[in-house]
Amino acid sequence: MTARRGIRVFSLGYLAVILVAPVGLIFWRAFEHGLHPFWAAISNPIAVHALKLTVEITLIAVPANTIFGILCALAIVRHRIPGMGLVNAFVDLPLALSPVVVGLALYLLYGREGWFGHWLLGHGIQVLFALPAMVLATTFVSLPFVVREVVPVLREIGTQQEEAAATLGASALTTFRRITLPAIRWAVAYGVVLTTARSLGEFGAVSIVSGGIAGRTQTLTQYVQASYENFDQTGAYAASVLLAALAITTLLAMTVVRRGNRSA
Amino acid sequence: MAWNPEARAALELTFMLAGGVVAINAVTGTALAWTLVRDEFPGKRIVNAIIDLPFALPTIVAGLTLLALYGPTGGVGVDVAYTRWGVLMALLFVTLPFVVRTVQPVLLELDREMEEAAASLGAGRFTTFRRIVFPHVLPALLSGVALAFARAIGEFGAVILIAGNLPFKTEVASLYVFEHINSDDPTGASALAVLMLLISLGVLIGIGAVRRWATRHDS
Repeated sequence: MTARRGIRVFSLGYLAVILVAPVGLIFWRAFEHGLHPFWAAISNPIAVHALKLTVEITLIAVPANTIFGILCALAIVRHRIPGMGLVNAFVDLPLALSPVVVGLALYLLYGREGWFGHWLLGHGIQVLFALPAMVLATTFVSLPFVVREVVPVLREIGTQQEEAAATLGASALTTFRRITLPAIRWAVAYGVVLTTARSLGEFGAVSIVSGGIAGRTQTLTQYVQASYENFDQTGAYAASVLLAALAITTLLAMTVVRRGNRSA
Repeated sequence: MAWNPEARAALELTFMLAGGVVAINAVTGTALAWTLVRDEFPGKRIVNAIIDLPFALPTIVAGLTLLALYGPTGGVGVDVAYTRWGVLMALLFVTLPFVVRTVQPVLLELDREMEEAAASLGAGRFTTFRRIVFPHVLPALLSGVALAFARAIGEFGAVILIAGNLPFKTEVASLYVFEHINSDDPTGASALAVLMLLISLGVLIGIGAVRRWATRHDS
Protein backbone atom coordinates (compact mmCIF):
# COMPACT_ATOMS: atom_id res chain seq x y z
CA MET A 1 0.00 0.00 0.00
CA THR A 2 2.71 2.47 0.94
CA ALA A 3 4.70 1.62 -2.20
CA ARG A 4 1.63 2.26 -4.30
CA ARG A 5 1.05 5.61 -2.62
CA GLY A 6 4.72 6.50 -3.09
CA ILE A 7 4.55 5.83 -6.83
CA ARG A 8 1.31 7.81 -7.06
CA VAL A 9 2.77 10.85 -5.27
CA PHE A 10 5.94 10.65 -7.35
CA SER A 11 4.28 10.34 -10.74
CA LEU A 12 1.49 12.85 -10.12
CA GLY A 13 3.97 15.26 -8.56
CA TYR A 14 6.14 15.05 -11.68
CA LEU A 15 3.08 15.71 -13.85
CA ALA A 16 2.17 18.74 -11.73
CA VAL A 17 5.66 20.27 -11.81
CA ILE A 18 6.35 19.74 -15.52
CA LEU A 19 2.89 20.20 -17.00
CA VAL A 20 -0.07 21.24 -14.88
CA ALA A 21 1.40 24.13 -12.87
CA PRO A 22 3.05 25.93 -15.84
CA VAL A 23 -0.01 25.59 -18.09
CA GLY A 24 -2.33 26.65 -15.25
CA LEU A 25 -0.19 29.69 -14.55
CA ILE A 26 -0.43 31.19 -18.03
CA PHE A 27 -4.23 31.08 -17.81
CA TRP A 28 -3.98 32.97 -14.53
CA ARG A 29 -1.44 35.42 -15.98
CA ALA A 30 -3.61 36.11 -19.02
CA PHE A 31 -6.68 36.90 -16.91
CA GLU A 32 -5.16 38.27 -13.68
CA HIS A 33 -6.17 41.84 -14.57
CA GLY A 34 -9.56 40.80 -15.85
CA LEU A 35 -10.91 40.13 -19.29
CA HIS A 36 -10.18 43.54 -20.76
CA PRO A 37 -6.36 43.33 -21.24
CA PHE A 38 -6.79 39.84 -22.65
CA TRP A 39 -9.38 41.02 -25.14
CA ALA A 40 -7.35 44.11 -26.09
CA ALA A 41 -4.27 41.96 -26.73
CA ILE A 42 -6.09 39.35 -28.76
CA SER A 43 -8.09 41.79 -30.88
CA ASN A 44 -5.20 43.91 -32.12
CA PRO A 45 -4.98 43.73 -35.93
CA ILE A 46 -1.66 41.87 -36.02
CA ALA A 47 -2.90 39.14 -33.67
CA VAL A 48 -6.15 38.84 -35.62
CA HIS A 49 -4.23 38.55 -38.89
CA ALA A 50 -1.98 35.88 -37.37
CA LEU A 51 -5.01 33.90 -36.21
CA LYS A 52 -6.66 34.17 -39.61
CA LEU A 53 -3.49 33.02 -41.37
CA THR A 54 -3.14 30.05 -39.01
CA VAL A 55 -6.77 29.03 -39.63
CA GLU A 56 -6.33 29.47 -43.39
CA ILE A 57 -3.26 27.20 -43.45
CA THR A 58 -5.03 24.62 -41.29
CA LEU A 59 -8.07 24.62 -43.58
CA ILE A 60 -5.83 23.69 -46.50
CA ALA A 61 -3.52 21.23 -44.71
CA VAL A 62 -6.19 19.20 -42.88
CA PRO A 63 -8.42 18.27 -45.86
CA ALA A 64 -5.32 17.56 -47.98
CA ASN A 65 -3.90 15.22 -45.35
CA THR A 66 -7.27 13.58 -44.71
CA ILE A 67 -7.74 12.64 -48.38
CA PHE A 68 -4.10 11.66 -48.77
CA GLY A 69 -4.21 9.74 -45.48
CA ILE A 70 -7.20 7.60 -46.45
CA LEU A 71 -5.85 6.89 -49.95
CA CYS A 72 -2.39 6.13 -48.59
CA ALA A 73 -3.77 3.77 -45.93
CA LEU A 74 -5.84 1.96 -48.58
CA ALA A 75 -2.80 1.66 -50.81
CA ILE A 76 -0.68 0.30 -47.96
CA VAL A 77 -3.19 -2.23 -46.59
CA ARG A 78 -5.42 -3.22 -49.52
CA HIS A 79 -3.58 -2.89 -52.75
CA ARG A 80 -0.05 -4.13 -52.17
CA ILE A 81 1.30 -1.61 -54.65
CA PRO A 82 5.04 -2.21 -55.08
CA GLY A 83 7.03 0.16 -52.90
CA MET A 84 4.19 0.78 -50.45
CA GLY A 85 6.17 -1.03 -47.74
CA LEU A 86 8.75 1.70 -48.07
CA VAL A 87 6.04 4.36 -48.01
CA ASN A 88 4.63 2.76 -44.86
CA ALA A 89 8.03 3.09 -43.20
CA PHE A 90 8.59 6.65 -44.37
CA VAL A 91 5.15 7.97 -43.52
CA ASP A 92 6.17 8.11 -39.84
CA LEU A 93 9.21 10.23 -40.61
CA PRO A 94 7.60 13.61 -39.83
CA LEU A 95 6.94 12.34 -36.29
CA ALA A 96 10.61 11.62 -35.67
CA LEU A 97 12.10 14.44 -37.69
CA SER A 98 12.95 17.89 -36.40
CA PRO A 99 10.72 20.64 -37.83
CA VAL A 100 13.82 22.74 -38.54
CA VAL A 101 15.10 20.00 -40.86
CA VAL A 102 11.75 20.06 -42.70
CA GLY A 103 11.95 23.84 -42.89
CA LEU A 104 15.51 23.76 -44.18
CA ALA A 105 14.63 21.21 -46.87
CA LEU A 106 11.83 23.44 -48.15
CA TYR A 107 14.09 26.47 -47.89
CA LEU A 108 16.71 24.77 -50.05
CA LEU A 109 14.17 23.48 -52.61
CA TYR A 110 12.11 26.62 -53.03
CA GLY A 111 14.70 29.33 -52.38
CA ARG A 112 16.03 31.54 -55.15
CA GLU A 113 18.88 29.08 -55.82
CA GLY A 114 16.77 25.97 -55.17
CA TRP A 115 15.86 23.19 -57.62
CA PHE A 116 12.19 24.21 -57.80
CA GLY A 117 12.47 27.76 -56.55
CA HIS A 118 14.64 28.96 -59.41
CA TRP A 119 12.15 27.76 -62.03
CA LEU A 120 9.06 28.87 -60.08
CA LEU A 121 10.44 32.36 -59.44
CA GLY A 122 11.30 32.58 -63.13
CA HIS A 123 7.59 32.07 -63.80
CA GLY A 124 6.59 34.63 -61.22
CA ILE A 125 5.52 32.19 -58.52
CA GLN A 126 6.72 33.07 -55.03
CA VAL A 127 6.68 30.02 -52.76
CA LEU A 128 9.25 30.74 -50.06
CA PHE A 129 8.34 33.48 -47.55
CA ALA A 130 4.74 33.23 -48.73
CA LEU A 131 1.61 31.17 -48.08
CA PRO A 132 2.52 28.19 -50.34
CA ALA A 133 5.66 27.34 -48.38
CA MET A 134 3.84 27.72 -45.06
CA VAL A 135 1.12 25.34 -46.29
CA LEU A 136 3.73 22.86 -47.53
CA ALA A 137 5.58 22.93 -44.20
CA THR A 138 2.40 22.46 -42.18
CA THR A 139 1.14 19.68 -44.46
CA PHE A 140 4.47 17.87 -44.15
CA VAL A 141 4.62 17.88 -40.35
CA SER A 142 0.95 16.84 -39.94
CA LEU A 143 1.06 14.18 -42.65
CA PRO A 144 1.25 10.91 -40.64
CA PHE A 145 -1.74 11.23 -38.29
CA VAL A 146 -4.66 10.08 -40.50
CA VAL A 147 -2.57 7.32 -42.12
CA ARG A 148 -1.42 5.98 -38.75
CA GLU A 149 -4.95 5.87 -37.33
CA VAL A 150 -6.57 4.31 -40.39
CA VAL A 151 -3.97 1.62 -41.27
CA PRO A 152 -4.50 -0.59 -38.15
CA VAL A 153 -8.31 -0.35 -38.45
CA LEU A 154 -8.20 -1.39 -42.12
CA ARG A 155 -6.00 -4.34 -41.15
CA GLU A 156 -8.36 -5.34 -38.37
CA ILE A 157 -11.66 -5.22 -40.29
CA GLY A 158 -10.27 -7.50 -43.00
CA THR A 159 -11.64 -7.81 -46.52
CA GLN A 160 -14.60 -10.21 -46.10
CA GLN A 161 -17.33 -7.57 -46.08
CA GLU A 162 -15.76 -5.67 -48.93
CA GLU A 163 -15.48 -8.87 -50.96
CA ALA A 164 -19.09 -9.76 -50.18
CA ALA A 165 -20.22 -6.34 -51.39
CA ALA A 166 -18.19 -6.72 -54.57
CA THR A 167 -19.67 -10.21 -55.15
CA LEU A 168 -23.15 -8.73 -54.84
CA GLY A 169 -22.30 -6.35 -57.64
CA ALA A 170 -21.27 -3.18 -55.79
CA SER A 171 -18.78 -0.99 -57.60
CA ALA A 172 -15.47 -0.10 -55.97
CA LEU A 173 -16.78 3.33 -55.07
CA THR A 174 -20.03 1.99 -53.58
CA THR A 175 -18.07 -0.60 -51.58
CA PHE A 176 -15.83 2.12 -50.22
CA ARG A 177 -18.74 4.43 -49.41
CA ARG A 178 -21.03 1.81 -47.85
CA ILE A 179 -18.59 -0.64 -46.24
CA THR A 180 -15.08 0.72 -45.79
CA LEU A 181 -15.80 4.34 -44.88
CA PRO A 182 -18.30 3.58 -42.08
CA ALA A 183 -15.80 1.13 -40.59
CA ILE A 184 -12.91 3.58 -40.55
CA ARG A 185 -14.87 6.74 -39.72
CA TRP A 186 -13.80 6.98 -36.07
CA ALA A 187 -10.18 6.39 -36.97
CA VAL A 188 -10.44 9.13 -39.61
CA ALA A 189 -12.08 11.47 -37.09
CA TYR A 190 -9.31 10.81 -34.56
CA GLY A 191 -6.67 11.41 -37.21
CA VAL A 192 -8.35 14.65 -38.30
CA VAL A 193 -8.39 15.93 -34.70
CA LEU A 194 -4.67 15.20 -34.31
CA THR A 195 -3.87 16.72 -37.72
CA THR A 196 -5.78 19.88 -36.82
CA ALA A 197 -3.99 20.27 -33.48
CA ARG A 198 -0.60 19.77 -35.12
CA SER A 199 -1.40 22.26 -37.89
CA LEU A 200 -2.66 24.98 -35.54
CA GLY A 201 0.43 24.60 -33.37
CA GLU A 202 3.12 24.25 -36.03
CA PHE A 203 6.02 26.55 -35.39
CA GLY A 204 9.51 25.33 -36.32
CA ALA A 205 9.20 24.47 -40.00
CA VAL A 206 6.92 27.44 -40.66
CA SER A 207 9.20 29.92 -38.94
CA ILE A 208 12.03 28.98 -41.33
CA VAL A 209 10.00 29.30 -44.54
CA SER A 210 7.61 32.13 -43.66
CA GLY A 211 9.87 35.06 -42.95
CA GLY A 212 7.50 35.87 -40.07
CA ILE A 213 6.57 39.39 -41.15
CA ALA A 214 4.01 40.77 -38.70
CA GLY A 215 0.63 41.29 -40.35
CA ARG A 216 1.69 39.37 -43.46
CA THR A 217 3.38 35.99 -42.99
CA GLN A 218 3.17 35.62 -39.22
CA THR A 219 1.15 32.73 -37.79
CA LEU A 220 -0.30 32.72 -34.29
CA THR A 221 2.55 30.65 -32.85
CA GLN A 222 5.05 33.05 -34.41
CA TYR A 223 3.06 35.93 -32.94
CA VAL A 224 3.57 34.38 -29.48
CA GLN A 225 7.33 34.26 -30.03
CA ALA A 226 7.55 37.78 -31.50
CA SER A 227 5.44 39.28 -28.69
CA TYR A 228 7.53 37.61 -26.01
CA GLU A 229 10.79 38.73 -27.59
CA ASN A 230 9.44 42.29 -27.92
CA PHE A 231 8.65 42.32 -24.18
CA ASP A 232 4.91 42.31 -24.85
CA GLN A 233 4.14 39.64 -22.26
CA THR A 234 0.40 40.38 -22.20
CA GLY A 235 0.20 39.77 -25.94
CA ALA A 236 2.26 36.58 -25.70
CA TYR A 237 0.18 35.21 -22.82
CA ALA A 238 -3.12 36.12 -24.47
CA ALA A 239 -2.24 34.39 -27.76
CA SER A 240 -0.84 31.42 -25.80
CA VAL A 241 -4.05 31.07 -23.83
CA LEU A 242 -6.01 31.07 -27.07
CA LEU A 243 -3.76 28.31 -28.47
CA ALA A 244 -3.90 26.39 -25.18
CA ALA A 245 -7.71 26.60 -25.20
CA LEU A 246 -7.68 25.13 -28.71
CA ALA A 247 -5.38 22.34 -27.46
CA ILE A 248 -7.71 21.56 -24.56
CA THR A 249 -10.64 21.50 -26.99
CA THR A 250 -8.61 19.00 -29.01
CA LEU A 251 -8.17 16.80 -25.93
CA LEU A 252 -11.93 16.87 -25.28
CA ALA A 253 -12.59 16.00 -28.92
CA MET A 254 -10.14 13.10 -28.65
CA THR A 255 -11.97 11.78 -25.58
CA VAL A 256 -15.34 12.07 -27.32
CA VAL A 257 -14.05 10.33 -30.45
CA ARG A 258 -12.48 7.56 -28.39
CA ARG A 259 -15.76 7.01 -26.60
CA GLY A 260 -17.66 7.01 -29.90
CA ASN A 261 -15.20 4.47 -31.23
CA ARG A 262 -15.77 2.20 -28.25
CA SER A 263 -19.56 2.26 -28.62
CA ALA A 264 -19.42 1.74 -32.38
CA MET B 1 33.77 24.34 -42.75
CA ALA B 2 30.75 22.70 -41.21
CA TRP B 3 32.48 20.95 -38.32
CA ASN B 4 33.38 24.01 -36.39
CA PRO B 5 33.53 23.96 -32.58
CA GLU B 6 30.10 25.60 -32.30
CA ALA B 7 28.43 22.81 -34.27
CA ARG B 8 30.23 20.18 -32.24
CA ALA B 9 29.23 21.83 -28.96
CA ALA B 10 25.60 22.00 -30.12
CA LEU B 11 25.66 18.34 -31.06
CA GLU B 12 27.27 17.23 -27.79
CA LEU B 13 24.75 19.22 -25.75
CA THR B 14 21.86 17.78 -27.79
CA PHE B 15 22.99 14.21 -27.17
CA MET B 16 23.60 14.86 -23.47
CA LEU B 17 20.12 16.35 -23.01
CA ALA B 18 18.46 13.61 -25.09
CA GLY B 19 20.21 11.02 -22.89
CA GLY B 20 18.83 12.73 -19.79
CA VAL B 21 15.36 12.85 -21.35
CA VAL B 22 15.51 9.09 -22.06
CA ALA B 23 16.62 8.21 -18.51
CA ILE B 24 14.07 10.45 -16.76
CA ASN B 25 11.19 9.45 -19.05
CA ALA B 26 11.92 5.74 -18.59
CA VAL B 27 11.33 6.14 -14.85
CA THR B 28 8.58 8.78 -14.72
CA GLY B 29 6.74 7.44 -17.78
CA THR B 30 6.62 3.92 -16.38
CA ALA B 31 5.55 5.25 -12.96
CA LEU B 32 2.76 7.33 -14.54
CA ALA B 33 1.57 4.42 -16.67
CA TRP B 34 1.59 2.17 -13.60
CA THR B 35 -0.35 4.75 -11.56
CA LEU B 36 -2.97 5.09 -14.32
CA VAL B 37 -3.42 1.32 -14.73
CA ARG B 38 -3.01 -0.14 -11.25
CA ASP B 39 -3.93 2.67 -8.89
CA GLU B 40 -7.32 4.19 -8.10
CA PHE B 41 -7.70 7.81 -7.07
CA PRO B 42 -10.20 10.60 -7.61
CA GLY B 43 -9.72 12.47 -10.88
CA LYS B 44 -7.89 9.60 -12.57
CA ARG B 45 -9.73 10.09 -15.87
CA ILE B 46 -8.79 13.76 -15.94
CA VAL B 47 -5.14 12.89 -15.30
CA ASN B 48 -5.34 10.32 -18.08
CA ALA B 49 -6.61 13.00 -20.50
CA ILE B 50 -4.03 15.58 -19.35
CA ILE B 51 -1.15 13.24 -20.31
CA ASP B 52 -1.86 13.98 -23.99
CA LEU B 53 -1.74 17.76 -23.51
CA PRO B 54 1.89 18.08 -24.73
CA PHE B 55 0.81 16.43 -28.01
CA ALA B 56 -1.98 18.97 -28.49
CA LEU B 57 -0.31 22.09 -27.10
CA PRO B 58 1.79 24.16 -29.53
CA THR B 59 5.45 23.82 -28.61
CA ILE B 60 6.05 27.56 -28.42
CA VAL B 61 3.28 27.75 -25.80
CA ALA B 62 4.92 24.90 -23.87
CA GLY B 63 8.15 26.88 -23.67
CA LEU B 64 6.33 30.06 -22.68
CA THR B 65 4.41 28.34 -19.87
CA LEU B 66 7.65 26.99 -18.38
CA LEU B 67 9.20 30.46 -18.57
CA ALA B 68 6.12 31.96 -16.93
CA LEU B 69 6.53 29.72 -13.87
CA TYR B 70 10.24 28.89 -13.76
CA GLY B 71 11.58 32.04 -15.44
CA PRO B 72 12.79 35.33 -13.97
CA THR B 73 9.29 36.53 -13.04
CA GLY B 74 7.89 33.18 -11.96
CA GLY B 75 8.06 33.84 -8.24
CA VAL B 76 8.91 30.28 -7.20
CA GLY B 77 12.54 31.05 -6.42
CA VAL B 78 14.14 29.48 -9.48
CA ASP B 79 15.14 30.98 -12.80
CA VAL B 80 15.90 28.46 -15.53
CA ALA B 81 15.83 31.00 -18.38
CA TYR B 82 18.90 30.71 -20.62
CA THR B 83 20.16 27.64 -18.74
CA ARG B 84 20.63 24.02 -19.74
CA TRP B 85 18.24 23.01 -16.94
CA GLY B 86 15.57 25.10 -18.62
CA VAL B 87 16.18 23.39 -21.96
CA LEU B 88 15.99 19.99 -20.23
CA MET B 89 12.65 20.94 -18.63
CA ALA B 90 11.26 22.02 -22.01
CA LEU B 91 12.30 18.69 -23.52
CA LEU B 92 10.73 16.79 -20.61
CA PHE B 93 7.48 18.72 -21.13
CA VAL B 94 7.12 17.81 -24.81
CA THR B 95 8.26 14.16 -24.41
CA LEU B 96 6.10 13.36 -21.37
CA PRO B 97 3.38 11.34 -23.18
CA PHE B 98 5.60 8.98 -25.21
CA VAL B 99 6.56 6.37 -22.59
CA VAL B 100 3.22 6.60 -20.75
CA ARG B 101 1.28 5.97 -23.95
CA THR B 102 3.42 3.04 -25.09
CA VAL B 103 3.69 1.30 -21.69
CA GLN B 104 0.10 1.88 -20.50
CA PRO B 105 -1.65 -0.48 -22.97
CA VAL B 106 0.87 -3.26 -22.26
CA LEU B 107 0.28 -2.94 -18.50
CA LEU B 108 -3.47 -3.07 -19.12
CA GLU B 109 -3.14 -6.32 -21.08
CA LEU B 110 -0.72 -7.90 -18.64
CA ASP B 111 -2.15 -10.96 -16.94
CA ARG B 112 -2.13 -10.35 -13.20
CA GLU B 113 -2.31 -14.06 -12.45
CA MET B 114 1.38 -14.36 -13.29
CA GLU B 115 2.25 -11.71 -10.74
CA GLU B 116 0.01 -13.38 -8.16
CA ALA B 117 1.66 -16.72 -8.92
CA ALA B 118 5.10 -15.17 -8.46
CA ALA B 119 4.00 -13.59 -5.19
CA SER B 120 2.51 -16.84 -3.91
CA LEU B 121 5.78 -18.60 -4.72
CA GLY B 122 7.49 -16.18 -2.35
CA ALA B 123 8.79 -13.49 -4.71
CA GLY B 124 8.98 -10.03 -3.19
CA ARG B 125 7.34 -7.05 -4.81
CA PHE B 126 10.57 -5.90 -6.42
CA THR B 127 11.44 -9.38 -7.70
CA THR B 128 7.95 -9.74 -9.19
CA PHE B 129 8.35 -6.43 -10.97
CA ARG B 130 11.85 -7.27 -12.22
CA ARG B 131 11.11 -10.82 -13.37
CA ILE B 132 7.46 -10.60 -14.51
CA VAL B 133 6.33 -7.04 -15.25
CA PHE B 134 9.55 -5.52 -16.57
CA PRO B 135 10.30 -8.11 -19.30
CA HIS B 136 6.75 -7.68 -20.62
CA VAL B 137 6.81 -3.90 -20.81
CA LEU B 138 10.42 -3.69 -22.05
CA PRO B 139 9.67 -3.58 -25.81
CA ALA B 140 7.02 -0.88 -25.28
CA LEU B 141 9.35 1.03 -22.98
CA LEU B 142 12.11 0.89 -25.62
CA SER B 143 9.75 2.22 -28.33
CA GLY B 144 8.61 4.98 -25.98
CA VAL B 145 12.09 6.15 -25.04
CA ALA B 146 13.19 5.93 -28.68
CA LEU B 147 10.38 8.29 -29.71
CA ALA B 148 11.25 10.59 -26.81
CA PHE B 149 14.91 10.50 -27.87
CA ALA B 150 14.07 11.44 -31.47
CA ARG B 151 11.82 14.23 -30.27
CA ALA B 152 14.49 15.54 -27.88
CA ILE B 153 17.12 15.54 -30.64
CA GLY B 154 14.93 17.65 -32.93
CA GLU B 155 12.77 19.79 -30.63
CA PHE B 156 12.76 23.46 -31.52
CA GLY B 157 9.63 25.39 -30.55
CA ALA B 158 9.67 24.54 -26.85
CA VAL B 159 13.35 25.40 -26.37
CA ILE B 160 13.77 28.58 -28.42
CA LEU B 161 12.49 31.03 -25.81
CA ILE B 162 14.11 29.29 -22.82
CA ALA B 163 17.47 28.77 -24.52
CA GLY B 164 17.82 32.31 -25.84
CA ASN B 165 20.61 32.60 -28.36
CA LEU B 166 23.71 31.40 -26.54
CA PRO B 167 26.14 29.32 -28.64
CA PHE B 168 28.22 26.84 -26.60
CA LYS B 169 25.88 27.23 -23.62
CA THR B 170 22.26 26.46 -24.49
CA GLU B 171 22.41 26.12 -28.28
CA VAL B 172 21.08 22.68 -29.22
CA ALA B 173 21.24 21.25 -32.75
CA SER B 174 17.85 22.60 -33.90
CA LEU B 175 18.73 26.12 -32.72
CA TYR B 176 22.10 25.88 -34.49
CA VAL B 177 20.33 24.97 -37.74
CA PHE B 178 17.83 27.81 -37.31
CA GLU B 179 20.44 30.44 -36.46
CA HIS B 180 22.65 29.41 -39.39
CA ILE B 181 19.77 29.65 -41.86
CA ASN B 182 18.99 33.10 -40.50
CA SER B 183 22.60 34.21 -40.82
CA ASP B 184 22.61 33.04 -44.44
CA ASP B 185 24.73 29.93 -43.94
CA PRO B 186 22.45 27.17 -45.25
CA THR B 187 25.48 24.97 -45.94
CA GLY B 188 26.50 24.95 -42.28
CA ALA B 189 22.89 24.37 -41.29
CA SER B 190 22.59 21.50 -43.77
CA ALA B 191 25.55 19.59 -42.36
CA LEU B 192 23.93 19.31 -38.95
CA ALA B 193 20.45 18.87 -40.44
CA VAL B 194 21.59 15.82 -42.47
CA LEU B 195 22.95 14.28 -39.28
CA MET B 196 19.63 14.93 -37.52
CA LEU B 197 17.79 13.33 -40.45
CA LEU B 198 19.99 10.23 -40.19
CA ILE B 199 19.33 9.98 -36.43
CA SER B 200 15.55 10.19 -37.06
CA LEU B 201 15.75 7.45 -39.69
CA GLY B 202 17.88 5.35 -37.33
CA VAL B 203 15.31 5.71 -34.55
CA LEU B 204 12.45 4.70 -36.86
CA ILE B 205 14.39 1.65 -38.05
CA GLY B 206 15.21 0.82 -34.43
CA ILE B 207 11.54 1.04 -33.38
CA GLY B 208 10.58 -1.19 -36.30
CA ALA B 209 13.18 -3.75 -35.19
CA VAL B 210 11.95 -3.64 -31.57
CA ARG B 211 8.36 -4.16 -32.78
CA ARG B 212 9.35 -7.21 -34.86
CA TRP B 213 11.36 -8.60 -31.95
CA ALA B 214 8.44 -8.09 -29.56
CA THR B 215 5.90 -9.80 -31.82
CA ARG B 216 8.24 -12.75 -32.34
CA HIS B 217 8.49 -12.93 -28.56
CA ASP B 218 4.70 -13.32 -28.33
CA SER B 219 4.25 -16.23 -30.72
